[in-house]
Amino acid sequence: MTGAVIQALMSHWRRHWLQLATLLIGIALATGLWSAVQAINAEARASYQQASDQLALGLFDELRDPSGPIPIERYVVLRRTGWQVAAVLEGSLRVAGRTVQVMGVDMVAYPALPAVTQIEQSETPPDPADMLTAPGRLLAAPDLAQMLRTQSGLPPVLTSDSIPPDLILTDIGVAETLLEKSGQISRLIVLPDQPVGVPPLSEIAPELERVTASARLDAASLTDSFHLNLTAFGLLSFAVGLFIVHGTVGLAFAQRRAMIRTLRALGVSMRRLIWMIMAELTILALIGGTLGLILGFFLAGALLPDVAATLRGLYGAPVDGQMSLQPQWALAGLAMALAGTLLASGHALYRLARMPLLTGAGLHAWRGAAAGQHRTGLIGLILIAGGFAIGFAIDGLVAGFAMVGGILTGAALTLPFLLSLALSMFQRRARGPVAQWVWADMRAQLPGLSLALMALLLALAANIGVGTMVSSFRLTFVGWLDQRLTSEVYVTAIDNQQGRQIAEWLDPQVDAVLPIRSVELTHEIGPLFLYGVEDHQTYRDHWPLIATSAGEWDRVMAGKAVLINEQLARRAGLWPGDTLTLKADHTLTVAGVYSDYGNPTGQAIVSMPQLDQIAPGADTRRFGIRLAPERATEITQALRQQFDLPRQAVVQQAAMKAQSLAIFDNTFVVTSALNVLTLGVAGFAILTSLLTLWTQRLPQVTPVWALGLTRAQLARLELLRSVLLAAFTAVMALPLGLVLAWALLAVINVQAFGWRLPMFLFPVDWAYLFLLTLLAAFVAAALPALRLMRLPPADLLKVFANER
Amino acid sequence: MNVRAWLCALILLLPSALYGQGYAGLGGSAEGFDVPQPIYQFEFPRDHGPHPTFRIEWWYLTANLTGEDGRDYGIQWTLFRSALKPTEAEGWQSPQLWLGHAAVTTPKTHYFAERLSRGGIGQAGVTAEPFEAWIDEWHMRGLDLNSLSLSASGAEFSYDLSLTAQGPLVFHGEDGYSVKSADGQASYYYSQPFYDVEGALRLPDGDVAVTGQGWLDREWSSQPLAADQSGWDWFSLSFDDGNKLMAFRLRGGRGDFTAATWIDPDGTAKPLPDGSVSFAPLDTAPVAGRDVPVQWRVTLPERDIEVEVSAITPNAWMATRFEYWEGPVSVSGSHSGRGYLEMTGY
Repeated sequence: MTGAVIQALMSHWRRHWLQLATLLIGIALATGLWSAVQAINAEARASYQQASDQLALGLFDELRDPSGPIPIERYVVLRRTGWQVAAVLEGSLRVAGRTVQVMGVDMVAYPALPAVTQIEQSETPPDPADMLTAPGRLLAAPDLAQMLRTQSGLPPVLTSDSIPPDLILTDIGVAETLLEKSGQISRLIVLPDQPVGVPPLSEIAPELERVTASARLDAASLTDSFHLNLTAFGLLSFAVGLFIVHGTVGLAFAQRRAMIRTLRALGVSMRRLIWMIMAELTILALIGGTLGLILGFFLAGALLPDVAATLRGLYGAPVDGQMSLQPQWALAGLAMALAGTLLASGHALYRLARMPLLTGAGLHAWRGAAAGQHRTGLIGLILIAGGFAIGFAIDGLVAGFAMVGGILTGAALTLPFLLSLALSMFQRRARGPVAQWVWADMRAQLPGLSLALMALLLALAANIGVGTMVSSFRLTFVGWLDQRLTSEVYVTAIDNQQGRQIAEWLDPQVDAVLPIRSVELTHEIGPLFLYGVEDHQTYRDHWPLIATSAGEWDRVMAGKAVLINEQLARRAGLWPGDTLTLKADHTLTVAGVYSDYGNPTGQAIVSMPQLDQIAPGADTRRFGIRLAPERATEITQALRQQFDLPRQAVVQQAAMKAQSLAIFDNTFVVTSALNVLTLGVAGFAILTSLLTLWTQRLPQVTPVWALGLTRAQLARLELLRSVLLAAFTAVMALPLGLVLAWALLAVINVQAFGWRLPMFLFPVDWAYLFLLTLLAAFVAAALPALRLMRLPPADLLKVFANER
Repeated sequence: MNVRAWLCALILLLPSALYGQGYAGLGGSAEGFDVPQPIYQFEFPRDHGPHPTFRIEWWYLTANLTGEDGRDYGIQWTLFRSALKPTEAEGWQSPQLWLGHAAVTTPKTHYFAERLSRGGIGQAGVTAEPFEAWIDEWHMRGLDLNSLSLSASGAEFSYDLSLTAQGPLVFHGEDGYSVKSADGQASYYYSQPFYDVEGALRLPDGDVAVTGQGWLDREWSSQPLAADQSGWDWFSLSFDDGNKLMAFRLRGGRGDFTAATWIDPDGTAKPLPDGSVSFAPLDTAPVAGRDVPVQWRVTLPERDIEVEVSAITPNAWMATRFEYWEGPVSVSGSHSGRGYLEMTGY
């Protein structure tokens, strides 16, 4: 008996292979997009973890000198009073147009660095004498190692998988030569097991600050928001994919009703049928899920390099661009596929289970729909209200996403009600029987299409919202770059001495030479970069302030006040009039707040004498040069020749802007890609829904045909209906999208990045999207319409003959 | 003192790589380093200082102490120098590496600490005049070797001691040229075994004032061990009658190699050739997952010596980067006294 039932169930898929394919594609798309995002997140997190494990970051406290590098003598003083510390020298190195970080560790004092231990335990351990004496050895990940080997003038390179990407690990003695920072130390790692009776830091090295391991912002916490963002997108794609599954399963079940009735009449119990259908769905889910995993793996592999570039660019977080397959990822993906499929099929299964033994096939889809619409509409309104309430009541990124989720879900749930309302309005105004029938029929169709339309609404809203956010951000960013990058040429000297020479040489030739000097301080919110500026009209005219107080520049230049960036202002809750403690006994009033995009850390600006007071050791190597724009190229070349500077050390404003914009655009590549994919999936959902309705449509259309409308007329009306419904949905998606954009700009961005952006509107983009939606709806309806047009009249006649 | 530290110090340069190679690396050629010669004119204070052209060198002090509480204590203070190249350079570029070991042994517990540094930056080193040997905050210093202050600390202990020499320097082997194997590997080796020691130990249970006797070993070489030698047992014994005995056994494939120096109370030293002293383990104790002989019979027929040497604290294990046993011992039998024992390769 079981065999016969299986055969009967399978016969359906044999006859409807396209439906089977649609179902599998739906499951695969949902699983694939979700799994891709999960894989990307897991890969990035694994990279952070590996980097922080291998380099023992965040494990130990550190000592830093807020005013600059620590001299070796200070290290020796600490050591000779018993402090067990290990010296680290860090810096960046330009190699063949690529910037790599160099981390030089005193491998004698701190030989237990995990990355080093791992190399020593490898099959071909390096000779420590080679590591510690000139020329030394560089340790790097395979791809960087390969690149470094092609460069001349570098020490021999050893390859290790345990080194994070874009990082060279080496002994401090090698690093000081490589970075030309002889005798300097960037930070001291406080090793475990300090001896008894060590004198306090304040007695022996009061200028050093102890930074506890937990106080430092690590890559994982910095990038949390980015990953949450991706996860939200993945979930949205998953939900949209499930609409397809829902549509297809609904169709399959509707078509199988007759068969199921027959099977039951032959004595198969409903229980048994339900179990077998569940088993069938499970197998389909596993097949679709596997396809989805393959899709997800390749999708993630394609997106990961961009994500890695973004994370490195935006947060300096080390992420490998390589994908690796992990079993738990595959299992989680399959579980999602299974859960999703069963969830999406639950409604159909429920209805099947409650189907009376001798009920007719087909036409139960539209009964009792109106009451349901009111109920879901009400739930939707409650969700929207709840979303706003959470967004306004609670701070934090998760609350932000909860708000967006509530608004989106709520809006989707109210959609059928709103559409029904709109349609009945048109219906009342309609003149003539055909028009009235069209509107009434659309209303009747709504419940069957509503899920697909909800998917479309969500996809459109996400598209408008995210598109508006990215475009607004870009516009703001471009404007901000113009304000911020005012100097015509930027130059970076090799050391302070050359810096002085360059400044002296330039002084008589240009309008102004503005030093750019900074030091890294620590603040309770994380690292804080303190910049010193010279009093120049350039800053007063152009600096992008978003909150000011009277005479802010005068007070800053008088050494009485400080300007801070938006990130610091929002995170620490500091606004003009508040005070900021830069260093013990050094507190200044906040005079203004400036926008500072693309920078994850806090920043503050003081006058040059103030900077010298706080951090006398700050480098004077970078300068902005003001001059007539047409002389920029000439001066750039002259500078390079005069001081034998490498290309990247002298950059013109335009090149700098282009570079910044490129990084910016890269940041949103993934977002845009997911955006387009979501919309595509939504279009596909409409198609499957219309196909689902197809069998149910026929008995409704046939009487109209019998009354005299031609099949071609009916097909045109089918197309019109689909396009009209999509148009209505698109119209409703617009305000929702704008609300979403506002939430992203004013709530999520503030929480995630620490800056609030003004919102710009892009009607042309909307029009384009609107047309795209109509086109998608047209294409989706074209196949059913074509079938209707070509249907032999005999089939239409059969409808009357068939029992209903 | 002898070969023991060759390995310790070489391990310093080869963090974990050497374990795989066994002892083969120690028998290697001297690669540009100077090699000890049989006729050598020591010159002081110069030779109390470092010899960077030799591969390896140490300043090794042990002391048997008695606390005001009447209990026996032992301390160790060691500074090893190990050269990657036979040169010296400024700053981080220095190829000279330094390793410090310090320990306090109480009747119940053994505390130890280890320090690593490179030369060139001033974190560790030795100067001959005035004499100072240091790594981090640990130091052994004085105007000359006759009166020294000594200090070291770890996570659980520290000590501050002053040492006063009551006798002359003692040269081992042929006037300080000490042969280490039948193949002729050798080192320069002299000692100051006549220190009176006083000072205080700071232990987790509180401070203890101590007095006692100390023994300093100075040794340097470039080519320490024969390839097939696997470990050693080294004794420095001070008898109650004022005589002292330094004796060691190198265990190896072609039979053991032994050497010893008999030191009269006035400092007159007599080298004793291979085979003069015999060593027999009487009892072992489980220490750090292995059986270590902590009770020995040492016999020297030509001096009528037949003594039992017993560890005061069996678990005096140095779980440092290179692990070994080093602790105070008591002597009974034909003669009584006390001393220090070091064992490696177990």
